Amino acid sequence: MTATSAPARGRVRSAGRAAPPGRRRRRLPFSPWHLVLLPATVVLLFPFWWLLITSLETPAEALHFPPVLVPHTLRFANYPDALASAPFGRFFLNSAVVATVTVLCNLVLCSLAGYAFARFRFLGRTALFAVIMATLMVPFQVTMIPQFIIVKWLGVHVLAGVGINHLGALILPNAATAFGIFFLRQFFRTLPVEYEESARVDGASRLTVLIRIVLPLAAPALATLAALTFLDSWNNFLWPLIAITSTNQMTLPLGLATFQGAHQTEWTLMMAGNVMSLVPMLVIFFLAQRYFVRSVAATGLAGT
Amino acid sequence: MTRRRLVSSEQFTGWAFVSPGVAVILLFGAVPILWSAVMSFQRNNLLSPDTPFVGLANYRQMAHDPVVAQAIQHTLVYTALFVPGTMAVGLFLAVAMNRQIRFINFYRTAAYATVAISTISEAIVFIWLFDPSYGVVNYFLGLIGIPPQQFLNSPSQALYVIVVMTIWGWTGFAVVIYLAALQGVPQALTEAAAIDGAGPWQAFRRITLPLLSPATLFLAVWLTINALQLFDEVYLSTQGGPLNATTVLVYYLYNQAFQQFNFGYASAIAYFLFLVIIVVTVIQFRVGRRLTYYRS
Repeated sequence: MTATSAPARGRVRSAGRAAPPGRRRRRLPFSPWHLVLLPATVVLLFPFWWLLITSLETPAEALHFPPVLVPHTLRFANYPDALASAPFGRFFLNSAVVATVTVLCNLVLCSLAGYAFARFRFLGRTALFAVIMATLMVPFQVTMIPQFIIVKWLGVHVLAGVGINHLGALILPNAATAFGIFFLRQFFRTLPVEYEESARVDGASRLTVLIRIVLPLAAPALATLAALTFLDSWNNFLWPLIAITSTNQMTLPLGLATFQGAHQTEWTLMMAGNVMSLVPMLVIFFLAQRYFVRSVAATGLAGT
Repeated sequence: MTRRRLVSSEQFTGWAFVSPGVAVILLFGAVPILWSAVMSFQRNNLLSPDTPFVGLANYRQMAHDPVVAQAIQHTLVYTALFVPGTMAVGLFLAVAMNRQIRFINFYRTAAYATVAISTISEAIVFIWLFDPSYGVVNYFLGLIGIPPQQFLNSPSQALYVIVVMTIWGWTGFAVVIYLAALQGVPQALTEAAAIDGAGPWQAFRRITLPLLSPATLFLAVWLTINALQLFDEVYLSTQGGPLNATTVLVYYLYNQAFQQFNFGYASAIAYFLFLVIIVVTVIQFRVGRRLTYYRS
Protein backbone atom coordinates (compact mmCIF):
# COMPACT_ATOMS: atom_id res chain seq x y z
CA MET A 1 0.00 0.00 0.00
CA THR A 2 1.68 3.17 -1.15
CA ALA A 3 1.14 6.65 0.16
CA THR A 4 -0.07 7.88 -3.23
CA SER A 5 -2.98 5.49 -3.45
CA ALA A 6 -4.04 6.25 0.11
CA PRO A 7 -6.02 9.50 -0.40
CA ALA A 8 -8.32 7.87 -2.96
CA ARG A 9 -8.89 5.02 -0.55
CA GLY A 10 -9.83 7.35 2.21
CA ARG A 11 -12.51 9.03 0.11
CA VAL A 12 -14.43 6.03 -1.11
CA ARG A 13 -14.25 4.46 2.36
CA SER A 14 -15.06 0.82 2.73
CA ALA A 15 -15.53 0.02 -0.95
CA GLY A 16 -12.06 1.30 -1.80
CA ARG A 17 -10.55 -0.39 1.23
CA ALA A 18 -11.45 -3.86 0.00
CA ALA A 19 -9.38 -3.78 -3.18
CA PRO A 20 -6.54 -1.37 -3.96
CA PRO A 21 -6.91 -0.26 -7.57
CA GLY A 22 -5.22 -2.32 -10.27
CA ARG A 23 -4.14 -5.17 -8.05
CA ARG A 24 -6.40 -7.76 -6.46
CA ARG A 25 -5.08 -9.14 -3.21
CA ARG A 26 -6.03 -12.61 -2.17
CA ARG A 27 -8.24 -12.17 0.88
CA LEU A 28 -9.52 -14.46 3.55
CA PRO A 29 -13.27 -15.00 3.37
CA PHE A 30 -13.44 -13.66 6.95
CA SER A 31 -11.72 -10.98 8.99
CA PRO A 32 -8.17 -12.04 9.93
CA TRP A 33 -8.89 -10.93 13.49
CA HIS A 34 -10.88 -14.14 13.93
CA LEU A 35 -7.55 -15.98 13.78
CA VAL A 36 -6.56 -14.17 16.96
CA LEU A 37 -9.90 -13.91 18.71
CA LEU A 38 -11.05 -17.49 18.26
CA PRO A 39 -8.05 -19.15 19.98
CA ALA A 40 -8.03 -16.46 22.67
CA THR A 41 -11.69 -17.07 23.38
CA VAL A 42 -11.13 -20.82 23.54
CA VAL A 43 -8.41 -20.26 26.15
CA LEU A 44 -10.59 -17.83 28.10
CA LEU A 45 -13.59 -20.14 28.10
CA PHE A 46 -11.71 -23.40 28.67
CA PRO A 47 -11.70 -23.11 32.50
CA PHE A 48 -15.51 -22.66 32.43
CA TRP A 49 -15.87 -25.65 30.11
CA TRP A 50 -13.59 -27.84 32.20
CA LEU A 51 -15.46 -26.86 35.35
CA LEU A 52 -18.75 -27.90 33.78
CA ILE A 53 -17.36 -31.15 32.33
CA THR A 54 -15.81 -32.24 35.60
CA SER A 55 -19.03 -31.54 37.46
CA LEU A 56 -20.80 -34.07 35.20
CA GLU A 57 -18.21 -36.86 35.31
CA THR A 58 -17.99 -39.92 37.50
CA PRO A 59 -15.23 -39.73 40.13
CA ALA A 60 -13.37 -42.45 38.19
CA GLU A 61 -13.45 -40.39 35.00
CA ALA A 62 -12.28 -37.26 36.82
CA LEU A 63 -9.30 -39.14 38.23
CA HIS A 64 -8.43 -40.72 34.91
CA PHE A 65 -5.23 -39.72 33.17
CA PRO A 66 -5.11 -38.76 30.34
CA PRO A 67 -8.21 -36.71 31.19
CA VAL A 68 -11.57 -37.54 29.66
CA LEU A 69 -12.20 -34.46 27.54
CA VAL A 70 -15.81 -35.41 26.73
CA PRO A 71 -17.57 -37.56 29.34
CA HIS A 72 -19.34 -40.73 28.16
CA THR A 73 -22.39 -40.20 30.32
CA LEU A 74 -23.50 -37.08 32.14
CA ARG A 75 -23.63 -37.78 35.84
CA PHE A 76 -26.09 -35.21 37.19
CA ALA A 77 -26.12 -37.00 40.55
CA ASN A 78 -23.02 -34.97 41.49
CA TYR A 79 -25.29 -32.01 42.11
CA PRO A 80 -27.61 -33.61 44.68
CA ASP A 81 -24.51 -35.24 46.21
CA ALA A 82 -22.84 -31.84 46.61
CA LEU A 83 -26.03 -30.37 48.06
CA ALA A 84 -26.19 -33.25 50.53
CA SER A 85 -22.69 -32.57 51.83
CA ALA A 86 -22.91 -28.77 52.08
CA PRO A 87 -25.89 -26.38 52.26
CA PHE A 88 -25.23 -24.50 49.02
CA GLY A 89 -28.82 -23.25 49.03
CA ARG A 90 -28.21 -21.68 52.40
CA PHE A 91 -24.89 -20.16 51.26
CA PHE A 92 -26.65 -18.73 48.24
CA LEU A 93 -29.46 -17.29 50.34
CA ASN A 94 -26.96 -15.74 52.78
CA SER A 95 -24.97 -14.20 49.93
CA ALA A 96 -28.14 -12.87 48.32
CA VAL A 97 -29.42 -11.36 51.60
CA VAL A 98 -26.08 -9.78 52.44
CA ALA A 99 -25.54 -8.39 48.94
CA THR A 100 -29.11 -7.08 48.55
CA VAL A 101 -29.28 -5.41 51.95
CA THR A 102 -25.79 -3.94 51.50
CA VAL A 103 -26.79 -2.50 48.12
CA LEU A 104 -30.01 -0.98 49.53
CA CYS A 105 -28.19 0.52 52.54
CA ASN A 106 -25.56 2.01 50.25
CA LEU A 107 -28.11 3.50 47.88
CA VAL A 108 -29.97 5.19 50.75
CA LEU A 109 -27.05 6.28 52.93
CA CYS A 110 -24.71 7.32 50.12
CA SER A 111 -27.49 9.25 48.34
CA LEU A 112 -28.31 11.19 51.50
CA ALA A 113 -24.70 11.93 52.38
CA GLY A 114 -23.60 12.51 48.79
CA TYR A 115 -26.42 14.95 48.23
CA ALA A 116 -25.67 16.89 51.40
CA PHE A 117 -21.97 17.08 50.50
CA ALA A 118 -22.86 18.20 46.98
CA ARG A 119 -25.43 20.88 47.78
CA PHE A 120 -25.59 21.96 51.43
CA ARG A 121 -23.34 24.29 53.34
CA PHE A 122 -22.99 23.18 56.92
CA LEU A 123 -20.40 23.46 59.62
CA GLY A 124 -17.67 20.85 59.31
CA ARG A 125 -18.60 19.81 55.79
CA THR A 126 -15.12 20.21 54.36
CA ALA A 127 -13.40 18.50 57.28
CA LEU A 128 -15.85 15.61 57.29
CA PHE A 129 -15.50 15.12 53.56
CA ALA A 130 -11.71 15.13 53.86
CA VAL A 131 -11.86 12.40 56.52
CA ILE A 132 -14.08 10.28 54.29
CA MET A 133 -11.74 10.73 51.34
CA ALA A 134 -8.81 9.74 53.53
CA THR A 135 -10.45 6.42 54.45
CA LEU A 136 -10.90 5.72 50.74
CA MET A 137 -7.16 5.31 50.31
CA VAL A 138 -6.56 2.92 53.20
CA PRO A 139 -6.50 -0.79 52.34
CA PHE A 140 -8.91 -3.08 54.18
CA GLN A 141 -6.04 -4.95 55.82
CA VAL A 142 -5.25 -1.90 57.94
CA THR A 143 -8.77 -1.68 59.33
CA MET A 144 -9.72 -5.34 59.59
CA ILE A 145 -8.30 -6.11 63.05
CA PRO A 146 -10.01 -3.18 64.85
CA GLN A 147 -13.12 -3.82 62.74
CA PHE A 148 -13.12 -7.39 64.03
CA ILE A 149 -12.81 -6.15 67.64
CA ILE A 150 -15.54 -3.53 67.16
CA VAL A 151 -17.96 -5.97 65.53
CA LYS A 152 -17.31 -8.50 68.27
CA TRP A 153 -17.96 -5.83 70.93
CA LEU A 154 -21.15 -4.64 69.19
CA GLY A 155 -22.45 -8.19 69.05
CA VAL A 156 -21.91 -8.73 72.77
CA HIS A 157 -22.97 -5.32 74.10
CA VAL A 158 -25.37 -3.77 71.59
CA LEU A 159 -27.09 -6.12 69.17
CA ALA A 160 -26.33 -9.80 68.63
CA GLY A 161 -27.46 -9.58 64.99
CA VAL A 162 -24.47 -7.46 63.97
CA GLY A 163 -21.94 -9.46 65.99
CA ILE A 164 -19.42 -12.08 64.97
CA ASN A 165 -21.05 -15.05 63.26
CA HIS A 166 -24.14 -13.12 62.17
CA LEU A 167 -25.00 -11.86 58.70
CA GLY A 168 -25.31 -8.35 60.14
CA ALA A 169 -21.56 -8.40 60.71
CA LEU A 170 -21.12 -8.68 56.94
CA ILE A 171 -23.60 -5.87 56.19
CA LEU A 172 -23.09 -3.14 58.77
CA PRO A 173 -19.40 -2.30 58.14
CA ASN A 174 -20.19 -1.95 54.42
CA ALA A 175 -23.58 -0.26 54.78
CA ALA A 176 -22.06 2.97 53.48
CA THR A 177 -18.79 3.35 51.63
CA ALA A 178 -16.53 6.32 51.08
CA PHE A 179 -16.45 5.42 47.41
CA GLY A 180 -20.27 5.50 47.18
CA ILE A 181 -20.54 8.91 48.85
CA PHE A 182 -17.78 10.37 46.71
CA PHE A 183 -19.14 8.83 43.51
CA LEU A 184 -22.71 10.11 44.04
CA ARG A 185 -21.54 13.53 45.22
CA GLN A 186 -19.58 13.93 42.00
CA PHE A 187 -22.62 12.92 39.97
CA PHE A 188 -25.07 15.16 41.85
CA ARG A 189 -22.80 18.13 41.25
CA THR A 190 -23.13 17.68 37.48
CA LEU A 191 -26.95 18.05 37.66
CA PRO A 192 -28.46 21.50 36.98
CA VAL A 193 -29.43 23.06 40.30
CA GLU A 194 -32.39 25.04 38.85
CA TYR A 195 -34.95 22.23 39.14
CA GLU A 196 -34.09 21.78 42.78
CA GLU A 197 -34.29 25.50 43.48
CA SER A 198 -37.68 25.92 41.85
CA ALA A 199 -39.04 22.93 43.77
CA ARG A 200 -37.74 24.50 46.97
CA VAL A 201 -39.47 27.77 46.10
CA ASP A 202 -42.67 25.77 45.64
CA GLY A 203 -42.28 24.59 49.22
CA ALA A 204 -40.85 21.08 48.77
CA SER A 205 -38.65 19.82 51.60
CA ARG A 206 -35.01 18.87 51.06
CA LEU A 207 -35.87 15.20 51.29
CA THR A 208 -38.70 15.54 48.79
CA VAL A 209 -36.39 17.33 46.36
CA LEU A 210 -33.83 14.55 46.71
CA ILE A 211 -36.34 11.74 46.25
CA ARG A 212 -38.59 13.29 43.60
CA ILE A 213 -36.15 15.28 41.50
CA VAL A 214 -32.50 14.39 42.08
CA LEU A 215 -32.62 10.59 42.41
CA PRO A 216 -34.62 10.01 39.18
CA LEU A 217 -32.06 12.11 37.32
CA ALA A 218 -29.26 10.10 38.95
CA ALA A 219 -30.66 6.69 37.96
CA PRO A 220 -27.60 5.70 35.84
CA ALA A 221 -25.21 6.56 38.68
CA LEU A 222 -27.36 4.69 41.20
CA ALA A 223 -27.46 1.63 38.93
CA THR A 224 -23.68 1.73 38.59
CA LEU A 225 -23.17 2.04 42.34
CA ALA A 226 -25.65 -0.81 42.90
CA ALA A 227 -23.85 -3.11 40.45
CA LEU A 228 -20.40 -2.37 41.89
CA THR A 229 -21.57 -2.77 45.48
CA PHE A 230 -23.32 -6.02 44.62
CA LEU A 231 -20.20 -7.45 42.95
CA ASP A 232 -18.00 -6.41 45.88
CA SER A 233 -20.32 -7.92 48.44
CA TRP A 234 -20.94 -11.10 46.47
CA ASN A 235 -17.23 -11.79 45.96
CA ASN A 236 -15.97 -10.64 49.35
CA PHE A 237 -13.95 -13.38 51.02
CA LEU A 238 -11.47 -12.06 53.59
CA TRP A 239 -13.96 -10.33 55.88
CA PRO A 240 -16.48 -13.24 55.95
CA LEU A 241 -13.52 -15.56 56.59
CA ILE A 242 -12.73 -13.55 59.71
CA ALA A 243 -16.26 -12.75 60.87
CA ILE A 244 -18.12 -16.02 60.21
CA THR A 245 -17.33 -19.45 61.62
CA SER A 246 -20.58 -21.41 61.63
CA THR A 247 -21.66 -23.10 58.42
CA ASN A 248 -25.19 -21.72 58.57
CA GLN A 249 -24.05 -18.12 58.31
CA MET A 250 -21.52 -18.61 55.52
CA THR A 251 -21.74 -16.79 52.21
CA LEU A 252 -21.00 -18.59 48.94
CA PRO A 253 -17.25 -17.86 48.62
CA LEU A 254 -16.63 -18.84 52.24
CA GLY A 255 -18.89 -21.90 52.03
CA LEU A 256 -17.22 -22.98 48.82
CA ALA A 257 -13.73 -22.51 50.30
CA THR A 258 -14.71 -24.53 53.38
CA PHE A 259 -16.24 -27.22 51.18
CA GLN A 260 -13.04 -27.34 49.17
CA GLY A 261 -11.04 -27.81 52.35
CA ALA A 262 -13.23 -30.73 53.42
CA HIS A 263 -13.39 -32.49 50.04
CA GLN A 264 -9.87 -32.02 48.71
CA THR A 265 -9.87 -34.89 46.23
CA GLU A 266 -13.55 -35.19 45.39
CA TRP A 267 -13.23 -33.08 42.28
CA THR A 268 -16.62 -33.95 40.80
CA LEU A 269 -18.43 -32.82 43.96
CA MET A 270 -16.30 -29.71 44.24
CA MET A 271 -16.93 -28.69 40.66
CA ALA A 272 -20.67 -29.32 41.06
CA GLY A 273 -20.63 -27.02 44.08
CA ASN A 274 -18.59 -24.51 42.15
CA VAL A 275 -20.99 -24.56 39.21
CA MET A 276 -23.92 -24.00 41.56
CA SER A 277 -22.22 -20.98 43.12
CA LEU A 278 -21.19 -19.57 39.75
CA VAL A 279 -24.35 -20.00 37.72
CA PRO A 280 -26.55 -17.45 39.52
CA MET A 281 -23.85 -14.83 39.07
CA LEU A 282 -23.31 -15.71 35.41
CA VAL A 283 -27.07 -15.56 34.76
CA ILE A 284 -27.31 -12.14 36.41
CA PHE A 285 -24.26 -11.12 34.42
CA PHE A 286 -25.74 -12.14 31.06
CA LEU A 287 -29.09 -10.51 31.81
CA ALA A 288 -27.53 -7.25 32.96
CA GLN A 289 -24.41 -7.36 30.83
CA ARG A 290 -24.79 -3.78 29.64
CA TYR A 291 -25.04 -2.46 33.18
CA PHE A 292 -22.17 -4.62 34.37
CA VAL A 293 -19.87 -3.55 31.62
CA ARG A 294 -20.83 0.09 31.95
CA SER A 295 -20.34 -0.05 35.70
CA VAL A 296 -16.92 -1.63 35.48
CA ALA A 297 -15.97 0.88 32.80
CA ALA A 298 -17.22 3.62 35.13
CA THR A 299 -14.57 2.69 37.72
CA GLY A 300 -12.00 3.42 35.04
CA LEU A 301 -13.62 6.69 34.05
CA ALA A 302 -13.80 7.71 37.71
CA GLY A 303 -10.10 6.98 37.99
CA THR A 304 -8.96 9.01 35.03
CA MET B 1 -38.86 31.72 53.33
CA THR B 2 -36.00 34.07 54.07
CA ARG B 3 -32.43 33.46 53.03
CA ARG B 4 -31.32 33.24 56.66
CA ARG B 5 -33.76 30.44 57.48
CA LEU B 6 -32.69 28.58 54.40
CA VAL B 7 -29.09 28.71 55.49
CA SER B 8 -29.66 27.76 59.13
CA SER B 9 -31.90 24.88 58.06
CA GLU B 10 -29.02 23.65 55.94
CA GLN B 11 -26.94 23.23 59.09
CA PHE B 12 -29.44 20.82 60.55
CA THR B 13 -30.48 19.01 57.36
CA GLY B 14 -26.87 18.77 56.26
CA TRP B 15 -25.88 16.93 59.40
CA ALA B 16 -29.06 14.86 59.39
CA PHE B 17 -28.36 13.72 55.83
CA VAL B 18 -24.70 12.85 56.29
CA SER B 19 -24.76 11.36 59.81
CA PRO B 20 -25.90 7.79 59.12
CA GLY B 21 -23.43 7.23 56.29
CA VAL B 22 -20.63 9.12 57.96
CA ALA B 23 -21.21 7.26 61.24
CA VAL B 24 -20.63 3.94 59.46
CA ILE B 25 -17.48 5.20 57.78
CA LEU B 26 -16.10 6.74 60.96
CA LEU B 27 -16.82 3.65 63.05
CA PHE B 28 -15.56 1.05 60.56
CA GLY B 29 -13.07 3.17 58.61
CA ALA B 30 -11.60 6.15 60.41
CA VAL B 31 -11.56 4.76 63.97
CA PRO B 32 -9.96 1.44 62.95
CA ILE B 33 -7.26 3.29 61.00
CA LEU B 34 -6.18 5.17 64.12
CA TRP B 35 -6.73 2.16 66.36
CA SER B 36 -4.51 -0.14 64.34
CA ALA B 37 -1.85 2.59 64.27
CA VAL B 38 -1.92 2.56 68.07
CA MET B 39 -1.97 -1.23 68.15
CA SER B 40 1.13 -1.41 66.00
CA PHE B 41 3.03 0.16 68.93
CA GLN B 42 1.58 -2.26 71.47
CA ARG B 43 2.17 -5.85 72.40
CA ASN B 44 -1.25 -7.34 71.81
CA ASN B 45 -1.52 -11.11 71.75
CA LEU B 46 -3.30 -13.95 73.46
CA LEU B 47 -0.52 -14.52 75.98
CA SER B 48 -1.59 -11.73 78.29
CA PRO B 49 -4.66 -9.54 78.75
CA ASP B 50 -2.64 -6.30 78.97
CA THR B 51 -1.58 -4.43 75.90
CA PRO B 52 1.51 -2.48 76.97
CA PHE B 53 3.15 0.03 74.66
CA VAL B 54 6.39 -1.36 73.32
CA GLY B 55 7.51 1.48 71.09
CA LEU B 56 8.89 0.35 67.77
CA ALA B 57 9.38 -3.26 68.87
CA ASN B 58 6.86 -4.64 66.37
CA TYR B 59 8.46 -2.76 63.51
CA ARG B 60 11.90 -3.85 64.64
CA GLN B 61 10.74 -7.46 64.82
CA MET B 62 9.43 -7.08 61.28
CA ALA B 63 12.81 -5.90 60.04
CA HIS B 64 14.40 -9.09 61.39
CA ASP B 65 11.66 -11.52 60.43
CA PRO B 66 12.92 -13.66 57.52
CA VAL B 67 9.34 -14.54 56.52
CA VAL B 68 8.51 -10.85 56.12
CA ALA B 69 11.49 -10.45 53.80
CA GLN B 70 10.28 -13.44 51.78
CA ALA B 71 6.72 -12.11 51.76
CA ILE B 72 7.88 -8.73 50.45
CA GLN B 73 9.89 -10.41 47.74
CA HIS B 74 7.02 -12.67 46.68
CA THR B 75 4.54 -9.77 46.71
CA LEU B 76 6.79 -7.65 44.51
CA VAL B 77 7.59 -10.49 42.08
CA TYR B 78 3.91 -11.31 41.84
CA THR B 79 2.95 -7.67 41.23
CA ALA B 80 5.71 -7.17 38.67
CA LEU B 81 4.40 -10.13 36.66
CA PHE B 82 0.68 -9.81 37.20
CA VAL B 83 0.20 -6.11 36.44
CA PRO B 84 2.00 -5.88 33.07
CA GLY B 85 0.70 -9.34 32.14
CA THR B 86 -2.94 -8.41 32.71
CA MET B 87 -2.51 -5.07 30.95
CA ALA B 88 -0.86 -6.65 27.91
CA VAL B 89 -3.55 -9.33 27.59
CA GLY B 90 -6.31 -6.75 28.14
CA LEU B 91 -4.91 -4.27 25.64
CA PHE B 92 -4.30 -6.93 23.00
CA LEU B 93 -7.80 -8.40 23.29
CA ALA B 94 -9.50 -5.00 23.48
CA VAL B 95 -7.76 -3.81 20.31
CA ALA B 96 -8.70 -7.06 18.57
CA MET B 97 -12.30 -6.71 19.75
CA ASN B 98 -12.65 -3.03 18.87
CA ARG B 99 -14.24 -3.69 15.47
CA GLN B 100 -17.57 -4.77 14.07
CA ILE B 101 -16.96 -8.29 12.79
CA ARG B 102 -19.06 -11.42 13.03
CA PHE B 103 -19.38 -13.02 16.49
CA ILE B 104 -17.84 -9.94 18.08
CA ASN B 105 -20.51 -9.89 20.78
CA PHE B 106 -19.74 -13.51 21.56
CA TYR B 107 -16.01 -12.78 21.85
CA ARG B 108 -16.63 -9.77 24.06
CA THR B 109 -19.07 -11.58 26.32
CA ALA B 110 -16.62 -14.46 26.73
CA ALA B 111 -13.94 -12.05 27.90
CA TYR B 112 -16.29 -10.10 30.16
CA ALA B 113 -17.53 -13.31 31.79
CA THR B 114 -14.37 -13.50 33.91
CA VAL B 115 -15.61 -10.36 35.70
CA ALA B 116 -18.51 -12.40 37.08
CA ILE B 117 -16.41 -15.22 38.57
CA SER B 118 -15.35 -14.86 42.20
CA THR B 119 -11.73 -15.26 43.24
CA ILE B 120 -12.70 -18.41 45.12
CA SER B 121 -14.41 -20.08 42.14
CA GLU B 122 -11.48 -19.03 39.98
CA ALA B 123 -8.93 -20.49 42.38
CA ILE B 124 -10.78 -23.82 42.70
CA VAL B 125 -11.00 -24.27 38.92
CA PHE B 126 -7.32 -23.46 38.47
CA ILE B 127 -6.22 -25.77 41.27
CA TRP B 128 -8.00 -28.51 39.34
CA LEU B 129 -6.63 -27.46 35.93
CA PHE B 130 -3.09 -27.42 37.34
CA ASP B 131 -3.43 -30.56 39.46
CA PRO B 132 -0.04 -32.35 39.24
CA SER B 133 -1.51 -35.87 38.87
CA TYR B 134 -4.83 -35.49 37.06
CA GLY B 135 -4.77 -31.92 35.78
CA VAL B 136 -5.59 -31.19 32.18
CA VAL B 137 -2.70 -28.72 31.85
CA ASN B 138 -0.17 -31.48 32.39
CA TYR B 139 -2.03 -33.50 29.77
CA PHE B 140 -1.73 -30.69 27.21
CA LEU B 141 1.95 -30.22 28.09
CA GLY B 142 2.41 -33.95 27.55
CA LEU B 143 1.02 -33.61 24.03
CA ILE B 144 3.89 -31.28 23.14
CA GLY B 145 6.44 -33.45 24.88
CA ILE B 146 6.84 -31.64 28.20
CA PRO B 147 6.94 -33.93 31.28
CA PRO B 148 4.32 -33.44 34.04
CA GLN B 149 4.99 -30.49 36.32
CA GLN B 150 4.31 -30.16 40.05
CA PHE B 151 2.82 -26.63 39.65
CA LEU B 152 1.23 -25.54 42.96
CA ASN B 153 3.19 -28.24 44.83
CA SER B 154 6.49 -26.91 43.58
CA PRO B 155 8.23 -24.07 45.46
CA SER B 156 9.68 -22.78 42.21
CA GLN B 157 6.42 -22.82 40.22
CA ALA B 158 3.54 -22.14 42.63
CA LEU B 159 3.76 -18.34 42.49
CA TYR B 160 3.71 -18.38 38.69
CA VAL B 161 0.60 -20.54 38.63
CA ILE B 162 -1.06 -17.95 40.86
CA VAL B 163 0.07 -15.24 38.42
CA VAL B 164 -1.59 -17.15 35.57
CA MET B 165 -4.86 -17.74 37.40
CA THR B 166 -5.19 -14.13 38.51
CA ILE B 167 -4.35 -12.76 35.05
CA TRP B 168 -7.16 -14.92 33.71
CA GLY B 169 -9.50 -13.67 36.44
CA TRP B 170 -8.74 -10.00 35.71
CA THR B 171 -8.76 -10.25 31.91
CA GLY B 172 -12.42 -9.23 31.66
CA PHE B 173 -11.83 -6.16 33.78
CA ALA B 174 -8.86 -5.00 31.71
CA VAL B 175 -10.73 -5.63 28.44
CA VAL B 176 -13.74 -3.61 29.64
CA ILE B 177 -11.56 -0.66 30.65
CA TYR B 178 -9.52 -0.68 27.42
CA LEU B 179 -12.57 -1.19 25.18
CA ALA B 180 -14.33 1.75 26.83
CA ALA B 181 -11.22 3.87 26.31
CA LEU B 182 -10.81 2.70 22.70
CA GLN B 183 -14.37 3.76 21.98
CA GLY B 184 -13.26 7.27 22.92
CA VAL B 185 -10.50 7.30 20.30
CA PRO B 186 -11.93 9.24 17.33
CA GLN B 187 -11.71 7.19 14.16
CA ALA B 188 -11.05 10.40 12.22
CA LEU B 189 -7.62 10.59 13.87
CA THR B 190 -6.47 7.10 12.93
CA GLU B 191 -7.93 7.50 9.44
CA ALA B 192 -6.13 10.79 9.01
CA ALA B 193 -2.91 9.07 10.02
CA ALA B 194 -3.53 6.36 7.44
CA ILE B 195 -4.06 9.03 4.79
CA ASP B 196 -0.76 10.61 5.80
CA GLY B 197 0.90 7.29 5.11
CA ALA B 198 1.16 5.78 8.59
CA GLY B 199 0.96 1.99 8.74
CA PRO B 200 -1.44 0.37 11.17
CA TRP B 201 1.31 -0.26 13.73
CA GLN B 202 2.53 3.35 13.53
CA ALA B 203 -1.00 4.71 13.86
CA PHE B 204 -1.50 2.47 16.89
CA ARG B 205 1.79 3.49 18.51
CA ARG B 206 1.59 7.22 17.77
CA ILE B 207 -2.15 7.88 18.07
CA THR B 208 -4.15 5.13 19.77
CA LEU B 209 -1.66 4.30 22.52
CA PRO B 210 -1.19 7.92 23.69
CA LEU B 211 -4.96 8.44 23.68
CA LEU B 212 -5.29 5.30 25.82
CA SER B 213 -2.71 6.47 28.35
CA PRO B 214 -5.24 7.66 30.97
CA ALA B 215 -6.82 4.19 30.92
CA THR B 216 -3.36 2.62 31.08
CA LEU B 217 -2.42 4.70 34.11
CA PHE B 218 -5.69 3.85 35.83
CA LEU B 219 -5.25 0.12 35.16
CA ALA B 220 -1.64 0.17 36.31
CA VAL B 221 -2.57 1.83 39.61
CA TRP B 222 -5.72 -0.19 40.19
CA LEU B 223 -4.17 -3.56 39.36
CA THR B 224 -1.10 -2.79 41.46
CA ILE B 225 -3.16 -1.89 44.51
CA ASN B 226 -5.05 -5.16 44.11
CA ALA B 227 -1.90 -7.17 43.43
CA LEU B 228 -0.21 -5.90 46.59
CA GLN B 229 -3.29 -7.13 48.50
CA LEU B 230 -3.31 -10.63 46.97
CA PHE B 231 -4.86 -13.06 49.43
CA ASP B 232 -7.87 -15.15 48.32
CA GLU B 233 -6.07 -17.28 45.73
CA VAL B 234 -3.11 -17.92 48.02
CA TYR B 235 -5.33 -18.85 50.95
CA LEU B 236 -7.22 -21.33 48.83
CA SER B 237 -4.53 -22.89 46.67
CA THR B 238 -1.33 -23.03 48.69
CA GLN B 239 -1.85 -21.50 52.17
CA GLY B 240 1.43 -19.70 51.58
CA GLY B 241 3.34 -22.91 50.83
CA PRO B 242 5.10 -24.95 49.69
CA LEU B 243 8.00 -23.87 51.92
CA ASN B 244 6.60 -20.30 52.11
CA ALA B 245 7.04 -19.99 48.34
CA THR B 246 3.73 -18.16 47.98
CA THR B 247 3.60 -16.35 51.31
CA VAL B 248 2.67 -12.81 50.31
CA LEU B 249 2.31 -9.86 52.68
CA VAL B 250 -1.44 -10.04 53.22
CA TYR B 251 -1.36 -13.80 53.71
CA TYR B 252 1.32 -13.45 56.38
CA LEU B 253 -0.62 -10.60 57.94
CA TYR B 254 -3.78 -12.72 58.07
CA ASN B 255 -1.78 -15.59 59.51
CA GLN B 256 -0.29 -13.41 62.23
CA ALA B 257 -3.61 -11.72 63.06
CA PHE B 258 -6.18 -14.49 62.93
CA GLN B 259 -4.20 -17.70 63.31
CA GLN B 260 -1.47 -16.60 65.74
CA PHE B 261 -3.52 -13.72 67.23
CA ASN B 262 -0.58 -11.34 67.30
CA PHE B 263 -2.72 -8.27 66.74
CA GLY B 264 0.09 -5.85 67.51
CA TYR B 265 2.59 -7.40 65.16
CA ALA B 266 -0.05 -7.86 62.45
CA SER B 267 -1.01 -4.18 62.72
CA ALA B 268 2.61 -3.21 62.13
CA ILE B 269 2.66 -5.40 59.00
CA ALA B 270 -0.62 -3.81 57.87
CA TYR B 271 0.85 -0.33 58.20
CA PHE B 272 3.95 -1.41 56.35
CA LEU B 273 1.72 -2.71 53.54
CA PHE B 274 -0.13 0.62 53.54
CA LEU B 275 3.19 2.42 53.22
CA VAL B 276 4.24 0.21 50.31
CA ILE B 277 0.93 0.87 48.54
CA ILE B 278 1.24 4.64 49.03
CA VAL B 279 4.85 4.74 47.82
CA VAL B 280 4.15 2.59 44.75
CA THR B 281 1.01 4.56 43.86
CA VAL B 282 2.75 7.92 44.22
CA ILE B 283 5.60 6.72 42.00
CA GLN B 284 3.10 5.49 39.42
CA PHE B 285 1.28 8.81 39.38
CA ARG B 286 4.56 10.76 39.19
CA VAL B 287 5.87 8.69 36.30
CA GLY B 288 2.39 8.41 34.81
CA ARG B 289 1.78 12.14 34.76
CA ARG B 290 4.74 12.62 32.48
CA LEU B 291 3.69 9.82 30.14
CA THR B 292 -0.05 10.41 30.20
CA TYR B 293 -1.79 12.46 27.60
CA TYR B 294 -5.09 14.11 28.53
CA ARG B 295 -7.10 15.60 25.71
CA SER B 296 -9.14 18.02 27.79
